[in-house]
Amino acid sequence: MNVHTQPQLTPAETALGEAFAKRLSDLPGNEEVMLQRDAAMELLKRGLPTRKVEAWHYTDLRRLLNTVPEFDRAAAPQAMPVLIDGSLRLVTANGRAEAVEAPKGAVIERISKLLPEGDFASRLATYGGDDAVGAINTAFVSDGYSIAIEEGVEIERPIELQNVHAGGQTHTRFAITVGNGAKVTFVERQTGKGAALISSVDSLKVGDGAEVRYVILVEQPDTVSHLGQFQAEIGEKANLSLFIMNVSGKLVRQEVRVTMPGEGGHFELRGVNLLAGSTHNDVTMVLDHSAPDTTSTELIRNIVTDKAHGVFQGQIRVAREAQKTDAKMACNTLVLSDEGEFSVKPELEIFADDVACGHGATVAEIDHAHLFYLMARGIPEKEARGLLVKAFLAEVIEELDDETLVAVLEQRLEDWFEQHG
Amino acid sequence: MLEIKNLHARIADDGTEIIRGLDLTVKAGEVAAIMGPNGSGKSTLSYILAGREDYEVTEGDILYNGESILDLDPAERAAKGVFLAFQYPMEIPGVATMEFLKVALNSLRKARGEDPLKIPEFMKLVKDAAGSLEMNLDMLKRPLNVGFSGGEKKRAEILQMKLLEPKLCVLDETDSGLDIDALKIVADGVNALRSPDRAMVVITHYQRLLDYIVPDSVHILSAGKVVKSGDKSLALELEQNGYAGVIGKAA
Repeated sequence: MNVHTQPQLTPAETALGEAFAKRLSDLPGNEEVMLQRDAAMELLKRGLPTRKVEAWHYTDLRRLLNTVPEFDRAAAPQAMPVLIDGSLRLVTANGRAEAVEAPKGAVIERISKLLPEGDFASRLATYGGDDAVGAINTAFVSDGYSIAIEEGVEIERPIELQNVHAGGQTHTRFAITVGNGAKVTFVERQTGKGAALISSVDSLKVGDGAEVRYVILVEQPDTVSHLGQFQAEIGEKANLSLFIMNVSGKLVRQEVRVTMPGEGGHFELRGVNLLAGSTHNDVTMVLDHSAPDTTSTELIRNIVTDKAHGVFQGQIRVAREAQKTDAKMACNTLVLSDEGEFSVKPELEIFADDVACGHGATVAEIDHAHLFYLMARGIPEKEARGLLVKAFLAEVIEELDDETLVAVLEQRLEDWFEQHG
Repeated sequence: MLEIKNLHARIADDGTEIIRGLDLTVKAGEVAAIMGPNGSGKSTLSYILAGREDYEVTEGDILYNGESILDLDPAERAAKGVFLAFQYPMEIPGVATMEFLKVALNSLRKARGEDPLKIPEFMKLVKDAAGSLEMNLDMLKRPLNVGFSGGEKKRAEILQMKLLEPKLCVLDETDSGLDIDALKIVADGVNALRSPDRAMVVITHYQRLLDYIVPDSVHILSAGKVVKSGDKSLALELEQNGYAGVIGKAA
């Protein structure tokens, strides 16, 4: 008897397979790259992960990714004005990068050029069996930017990476290497119009003593499935501060995979998720403290309303040799509707014996005592609630300590409350 | 201005009755002191006047300028001129004090049919009010009450009272946590607001505050009702004989 445990493919899984077959001849890449693509596709052919896969327990990708639109060659999305005046803008539109001039101290190349020529294949490796985001991107990635910041250089202008779409599918990468002692700010924006499947992977190497601020702003309409993955490796005494703001979308999974192999490295994650409608939003972090004296703090704040479902999974792993690790993680959520939902899974895996690690998670409603206080001063209930909810998020945004960025992101909050408050 | 008639109220959650048949009348221009031992219902009374949802009025009424305010929410009461200076002002992280003051003031102006204040006008108002209370403006840049000392919180309450210009001021244990210098400043702030068209209900456990805010009437609360009323000499009598002596005589 032949026992078949393989479930029937879903329409989305079938569509991914067909898209790969159709696209194969167009996809850039030398032999090593094409082998990586094949390996990734093999993973996907086993089916998208379901809630039985630990890393996808709260985000059943097989069920949630129910449609995969076809590639649309004709789609011509418009780039946006930059968020911070004076930024250097790098645009990928409908999955295609453009030729740009690099600022002094930086080298910028298009990934569509590196895939066939360079040794890019090693950067396309996935994290293995449950890495559906990496696998989809590796199989289909067509373009993006490779950015190298030279040692000791401070790039004064923020570099704004815009990944814009107008429906269809796009699969892009930003591969960034920041030299030792260099300093730079990146703002990444993910947005567009129409029904789309987007995968976007960042791989970032932060050199020893370098300082990097990285802001990811995902603003997708409720017709978009967005799969993001942010990979980073932090060098000795280097500092990476990552800020993620998610505004709805149909399905958004933003993964953060950070390793700290350099002594004295520091990582900060701040996240704000504004979830309304029937969005499903998942921020999943895996953080490896693999060297001594590494420190990290993670603070995620979420607002959930309507029928939205949010997820935060935060896994901190401290290796045996990573003594004196200091890691603190917190996730706080305000649920404003009866049908809104938020799932949190903090995990600490500690193999060193001299560490300070902690995590805390709260899911709450608005504090009634605070509400009473504001109303007792004549502020009507709706406005008072808005003030408290905004305050809850503004606390995280204001940590950015950059007036322009704070103003821009707080404006996003205001706009969101106009619509959903 | 304020007429409380046979008020009965309980904690909404567990039904514990706190106010049991309280009567009190305060006229415009009057400063009424409410005194009483711990647990007599003083703070509960202040919360009920301001409209806190945690309490449920089961009987009686509260009339403000002749109209019942029981069905009004706290913001509506504030719009009509009711102000509670909290015993323990809330710390609200993330809400900048200045922003809060502006929103509160403009909400009240809107409710009164007035235009919102322009920023320079608003700033001047705040600066003047803060100056008279010897408050540092830098404090107002911080999140609301966060990291304020006990005295700073009480001054911030009086600052709000000055800015919002209420008609009925309820001060709940405004003297608690104040040293004598701070007490004088706060009392001066309150006295400056005394006016023929404004009533004040000053809740306190101790006579001390009443040396600085001299009341027109004194009412002693015990077990949820007023058991004795008199003029300012009643407070002095309390000081000498203690609550047991005075309430004992009343009962």
